[in-house]
Order: sequence, then C-alpha cells, then structure tokens
Amino acid sequence: MNLQLPDLGPIMPELYMTILALVLLLADLFLKKKEALAALSIVGVGVVAFTLIGSSGVTFGGMFISDGYSSFFKTIFFINLILSVLISIKYIGIERVNFGEYYSLIALSTLGMMIMASAADLIVLYLGLELMALSTYILAGFIRHDIKSNEAALKYFLLGAFSSAFLLYGISIIYGLTGTTDIKAIASYISEKGLVGNPALTLSMTLFAAAFGFKIAAVPFHMWAPDVYEGAPTSITAFMSVGPKAAGFAVLGRVFMIAFATIKPQWISVLIPLSILSMAVGNVVALAQTNIKRMLAYSSIAHAGYALIGIIAANTDGLASMMTYLMIYAFMNMGAFAVIIMLRTEGFKGDSITDFEGLAKTHPFLSALMLIFMFSLTGIPPTAGFIGKLYVFMSAINAGYTWLVLVAVVFSVISAYFYLRIVMYMYMREPKVEVVTSQSGTLGVALGVAAVMVLAIGVYPSCLIKLARAALTGF
Amino acid sequence: MEQIILNKLSYPILSTIIFLPVLGALVLTLISRSRESLIKWTALIFAVATFLLSLPLFTEFDKSTYQMQFVERHNWIPAWNINYSLGVDGISVFLVLLTTVSSILCILISWHAIKIKVKEFYMAILLTCGAIAGVFSSLDFFLFYIFWETMLIPMYLIIGVWGGPNRIYATIKFILYTLVGSVLMLVGIIYLYFYAGRTFDILELTTKTYPYNMQFWLFWAFFSAFAVKVPMFPVHTWLPDAHTEAPTAGSVILAAILIKMGAYGFLRFSIPLFPEATKAMVPTMLTLSVIAIIYAGLVCLIQKDLKRLIAYSSVSHMGFITMGIFALNSQGIEGGILQMINHGVVTGALFMCVGIIYDRTHSRKIADYGGLATHMPTYAAFFMVFTLAAVGLPGTNGFIGEFLTLLGGFTANKLVGVLASTGVIIGAGYMLLLYQKVFFMKVNPKVIGLLDMDLREMVALTPLVILVFWIGVYPVQFLDFMHPTVQHLLERVNVTSVAQETNIVRVLMEVIR
Repeated sequence: MNLQLPDLGPIMPELYMTILALVLLLADLFLKKKEALAALSIVGVGVVAFTLIGSSGVTFGGMFISDGYSSFFKTIFFINLILSVLISIKYIGIERVNFGEYYSLIALSTLGMMIMASAADLIVLYLGLELMALSTYILAGFIRHDIKSNEAALKYFLLGAFSSAFLLYGISIIYGLTGTTDIKAIASYISEKGLVGNPALTLSMTLFAAAFGFKIAAVPFHMWAPDVYEGAPTSITAFMSVGPKAAGFAVLGRVFMIAFATIKPQWISVLIPLSILSMAVGNVVALAQTNIKRMLAYSSIAHAGYALIGIIAANTDGLASMMTYLMIYAFMNMGAFAVIIMLRTEGFKGDSITDFEGLAKTHPFLSALMLIFMFSLTGIPPTAGFIGKLYVFMSAINAGYTWLVLVAVVFSVISAYFYLRIVMYMYMREPKVEVVTSQSGTLGVALGVAAVMVLAIGVYPSCLIKLARAALTGF
Repeated sequence: MEQIILNKLSYPILSTIIFLPVLGALVLTLISRSRESLIKWTALIFAVATFLLSLPLFTEFDKSTYQMQFVERHNWIPAWNINYSLGVDGISVFLVLLTTVSSILCILISWHAIKIKVKEFYMAILLTCGAIAGVFSSLDFFLFYIFWETMLIPMYLIIGVWGGPNRIYATIKFILYTLVGSVLMLVGIIYLYFYAGRTFDILELTTKTYPYNMQFWLFWAFFSAFAVKVPMFPVHTWLPDAHTEAPTAGSVILAAILIKMGAYGFLRFSIPLFPEATKAMVPTMLTLSVIAIIYAGLVCLIQKDLKRLIAYSSVSHMGFITMGIFALNSQGIEGGILQMINHGVVTGALFMCVGIIYDRTHSRKIADYGGLATHMPTYAAFFMVFTLAAVGLPGTNGFIGEFLTLLGGFTANKLVGVLASTGVIIGAGYMLLLYQKVFFMKVNPKVIGLLDMDLREMVALTPLVILVFWIGVYPVQFLDFMHPTVQHLLERVNVTSVAQETNIVRVLMEVIR
C-alpha cells in the first residue's frame, strides 16, 4: 500500500494556526504574565498571515481550497483577531477573567473560520463551522461569575446546536439527492440530472439559508444575538460581531454561488425577505435600546441585511461588494466596541447609552473617534461605511434590484436616528456621572488603527475595491 | 472634453477654497483649548485667506463662455471611473464666492456669542464652509455627493451643540429630512451611472439623452433631495425649527449658503439631465413655488419670534427663486441665480442682526423689543438697509432679483406672475411691521441701556451693505457672468424664451440694463 501525504501547501495557514493555538495553551502553563500570551498570539497571527502568501491551491482531493476568495476572508479574520486581542488585554483583567485559554480559544475559533472560508466540501465546512462555534460558545460564557455571561453562552449554544442540526439536515438531503458533498460536484450533478425545481433540493437550500442565517444573525434567525451580545464579555461581542458573521457570509457566498448556481432565482427569493427583514427589524428595534451593546447587536443584524444585498445581486461585483462591506464593517464595528470597552472600569459597567452623556466634555478625543464610527455605521461620507453601502447598492442596482436598494436606503435613514443619538448624548448633553476611561496602549492602537482605516477607506477606497475584485478572479 | 477650461492660475484655486478651511480645522485641533482668542484668530485668518485666494474667481472669470472654468481633474477611484474634478461656471461662481464670504462673517459674528466648546465650534464652521464650497464646484457626481453629505456632520453639531433650548429636536429633524432626500438621490445617481455607461462625470452625463420614463422617476428622486434643501413647500417644515434653534452663525450658514445647495441642484442637475421631465413638471413646480411664496408670507405675519419670522420669510423668498428657475426662461433663471446671492446676503445679514441683539438681551421675542431706534441708532440704520432689501426696494439688490424672477414667472404663466406679486406685497407687510414693532413704537423698558453695535459687528455687516447696493445699482456686472451659462442651459431644455417675450417685458429689461 502506497500511502501518499496530500499536498500541505494550501493548508499551511491552518496548520500554523493550529500550532499557534496549541502553543498558546501550553505556554499558559508556564507564563505568569498573561499579557505575553496576547503578544504571542498577535505575532503568531502575523506569521500565519505571512504563510497565506503563495498558499493558493486545492488539496485533500478537492475538499479544501485556498483561493483569492478565502484569502480575503482570512485577512478579515486576522484583522478581527488582532483587534480583538488588542482591546481584550486590559479588559479581561478588569472582568477578572485573565486566563490564558482566552487567547487559545480565540485562535481556535479563528481557525474554524479559516476552514469555513476554504471549505470546498460540505463536510469540511461543517467541521470548520463547529470548531468556530464551540470555541465561541465558551468565549461567550467566559465571565463564569457573571450570570448574564452564562446565560449568553447557554443561549448561544442551544440555538447554535439547532442551526447546526439544520445544516446537517440540509447536507444529508443534498447527499441523498446528488451522492456527493463536494460543492462543485453538487452543482454539476444538479444541472446534468435536471434537478432544478426538485422540492427536496429547494428544501435543502432553505435549510442552508437558515443555518447560515443564524451565523450571520439575519432575521428571523437573529433571536440569540441581542442577549448574547449583551451578556458576553465586550471584547468577545466585538470578536463575534465580525468574525463568525464574515465566516457565515464566506460559506454563504461559496455554497450558494457555486453549489446552488443553477437554482439562483430560488435562493434569491429566499434571501430577499431575509435581507429586508434584517434591515427592518435590526434598524427599528435598535431605536428602542438603552444598552449600547444591545443596540450594536441590532445594528449588526441590520448590517447583515445590507451585506446580504451583495449576495442577492448574485454576480462577481455583488460578491466583491459584500466582501468589501464586511472588511469595512470589521474596522468600524471594532472601533465602536473599543470605545465601549474604554468606558468599562472597575466598578463601572459603562454599557448604558446614558453613560455617554456629555462624554465630549470630559473626553473630547475619544468622543471624536466615536463620532467617526457612528457616522460610518450610518453610512455618511467621507467615512468607509458610505463606501461599503455604496458598493453594495451599486451592484444591486446594476443587477436590477433598484426597489430593494430603495428599501435599504430608507432603513439606513432610520438607522441614522439611533447612531446619531449616541453622538447627541456625547456632544449635546451635560455629563451626569463622572466617567473615567481605562487607558491602555494596546486599546489606543486598536482605536487608532480602526479610525485611520475608516477614514482612509472612506477617502481612498480604490485599493480595497481592487483587492476585493482581484480576490474573485477565477471564483 | 471640449467643455472645460483648465485652471490656469498658479495654484489649484478650487481645491484651495475647499481644503484650506479643512486644513484650518486641523490646525485648530493642535491649539490648546484654553487659548480661546488664538483659536478665534486662527480660524479668522484661515477664512480670510480662503476668501482672498478665492478672489481670482471673480477677476479672472471668462464671461464669454458657458464652459467650466478653473477646472482641476485627477484620477481618484479608477475602479469605478471616478475622478476628482472641480470647476465653476456662471451658475456656481458666485455661490462659491458667497461661501468664502460667509465663513468670515460666521466667525466674526460668533466672536462673543459662543462660549462653550469654542475650538470645536470654529472647526465645525470651517469644515462646513469647505464642504459646501465642494458641493458648488464638484464636476463628478460621486464627489458632489460626498461633499453634499459630509456637510451634514458639522452642521448637525453646530445646531445641536450650540443651538437654543429646543436644539436637539431641531437638529434631528434637520438631519433626518435631508438624509431621506439625499439617499433617494443617491439611488438616482447610481441608476444614472449604470445607464450612462458607468460614469459619474456630470458634464458627460448632461450631454446624453434619457428616455422619458426614466427622466420622470429620476426627476422626482433628485427633487426629493433638492426640494428638502431649498426648502420647497411642503417639505419646508424643518427650516423654521433649524433656523430658530441654530446659533447665529448656523442660521447664517443655513440661510446664506446651505439652502442654496437645493436651488443649485435644480440648475446643475435636474434641468440639464432631465429636460423633458422638467418641462412636464413646470406647472407642478410653479404651483409649489407660488404656494411657498404666499403661504410662508402669510405665516410670517403672525410670528412672535424674530428668527422664526425671518426663517419663514426665507421659505417665501426661496419660492421666488424656484419660480424663476422653473419658469425656464433667461430672465427667470438669471433672476433666480441673482436672487440666490441676494437672499444669501440679505437673509444672512438679517440673521446676523438678530444675533447682535440676541447677544445683548437673550430674547428672540418681538414683544420684548420696541423703540430700539432711539437706543441703538447705528444698528437701526443697518437693519433698515436689510429690511428694505428684503422688501425689494428699487436701488437694493432685492429689487433686481425679485423683479427678474417675477418677469420670468409672468412670461411662463400670467397667473403665476400675478399670484407671486402678491407675495411681494405680503413681504413688504411683514418686514415693515417687524421693523416698526422692534425699532419704533413705545420704548420697551428691556431695551434701555443696550449698547450700540461695536466695531467688530460693523465690520461684519458693512460688506453686506456694500453688496446690497452694488448689486442693486449695477446688476449687469453680475448678470454678465451668467448669460452664456444660462443660454447654454436653455438650449439644452429647448425653450425659445426670446420669442415669448412680450414687448413690455423687453422694454423693462432694457430699463434695467
């Protein structure tokens, strides 16, 4: 018997990421200062990002693919990881959960996302998704002594288990129909055997949409998001508002655009209501929130709705706009969460919207940054949020969905109300409580990077657009 | 590319006008918060420098052509075929100049009035003026939209942070109204972009023809953005609130330049892009204009608040402007453009005047004043000039503008002209009544002991007095800038305006010239 090792080139970044996660776990036993672990994980991710270059290819018999598309998403995951770690260091100390496993779990969760982005086979996809999800469940409940954090983890776990079951059910139906779990093979089988219009196929596609809809927090699969976002440690809320969402979009894009390419009209008609409902519920319910983490949870639901429009456009430009949107969202959302984390100090939660009252008077610079992030989330130029929305809208109008864009812009005006309410509280009210911020160098770096990127992409979006388009060559 | 004349000056004049204030705002961030007078002087120096550097627009402008002048063009986002391109023609040149003048006035008039967050205030003023100058000089739709929206951020803060008691309601109303309109226009812009073969170039877009159905829908999409800004009836309700609550400088920006963005939008985009739809919509637009003129004028008669009265008079005056624009003849449009400048000068000045007494008494109620002429004679004289200009007394700029727009209105439709003329009478009524109540009649004990205007306030108002008479006595110098551009615009709409001119109108025109 001739045992041949598969080509490990394409999977190198994942291998390094695994090693990093394990090293972090081991180093935790010896290192007393947990800050060193944070530094180690950032340096480690730098190395992993480096191995991304030249990793393109297909391996494991076509089950695993590394292409421009996956690399673009992996870049988002790395940025997400680095920024999350930067804003965590001081924060988890304040929450008294400064344990080494924290960094290891973040690395493992990111590994899961990377596998998802590169999955060319539904089984690999499921593997990645579960790795990501399980690590995130634990992270959500990381503040063991806090009942809200526990609740968040349990809710996330239960509902996540449901969505995994949906996904498995969908995969099994597909397998029953086509006899394969390979994403490309599914597509060719469907078109060869004329399965278009087969009710079982439609059912399976709907189950996929439900499972992915859960990961990206699209309505009506969003129920977990507000509670989990509120209860989880803020740094983890930031982490999972970007990472798992982007990963969900990555698999959504690949599975729907390739495996279900032949039944495009059907899945478009499933995704359109998801998108509209997400924008409607997200933006309208956010108006009534008093906790800023909950508000950003609803905002993240709404942003899933906008990004979905890119997929609904169902062409290269649409996918590129969705990817651009997620990259921009990573920066602006991370920035907003970094500001929230700064307000968290010993004995002061700082996550109520009223805590922002008069912040401009006591912390003018921090308020100015928050102002940039809020205007960016609203989508007002010259911030990156505008570019993201514009690209999505452009691709949708080009694909003939002008009416959908009209709906989207109306909801984005509604969103202006609650984002700008934060600005209003900061600038137009007098401070009621003495807010002391928790200063730390790493937090400052994260804030700085996020703000600079939001403005830079807003003024000069060329590079990012080119990058997203180039990532899709040969997709 | 035939349609442009590149900038021949030694410096990129339009970029300077836009970004020098932005640079000023950045410099202000470096100054310590406690050094308030340094902050004010820095802001003033940047505003004056911008104004001085913008003067070549007036002196070097080629009046013989409709082409875009002082054009700058650079690649910006090649992936979307977006250029950074700027330029001005006869429509926009005065609006840009008005912007640079206004920023100086706003800074002067706020000198003592603004006491909190001084640094942020002057930053916001400079940023707003820079962005608005960008709106008036953009030749790329994307760039235009960026400036159009960016302007909202500092303006939101100006009203909301430094405004009156009800400022938060006013600023949120302001931003939501304008956002709804803007995003609908954005959808229209993107639609146009794909239809015209992926270009945002305004000059290129205005040379193409579009099917009527598309023109119709896009006209309304653009209308939603511009009508809110103008503001036209029935979407004018944000303006009285915003004007009333804004600090004086905010009111001046709103009145002098911000609401001109709407009228400018009609001239630059709606009419040349959608000529067929525009022609079809003329009756609707004229009706809305006349309603605004009369209705807002009547509302003025019962106002008890000084700023609110002037705000409603703005709505009425903007009605004349939109009437002139949609009359679609040369007198109407030229009158409309001239009236845009006049309104900026006069209403801006009136808001500054109100600011001057508000700083002293902290009351905007008309009932709190009376007999002011005996205590503040210089102030009364200044106020008189602007009141008469607002009424449209011959010899002042208001007369020329109102007259030309009415001429345009008459030519387009007799009934419109007649109805709009009643607006002039109502206008005379409320302005003179206001003047009488505030400056004459029984001396209100509250005004005894008020100091007359100081040097700073006179310096701020004098240029406007000069403009009132300059335009009023010698309007040809200003109208000459507009002729070729307006003719070109009318050719695009295919309205043979000359043929419709009656003899009387022609004679009257000669008299003015």
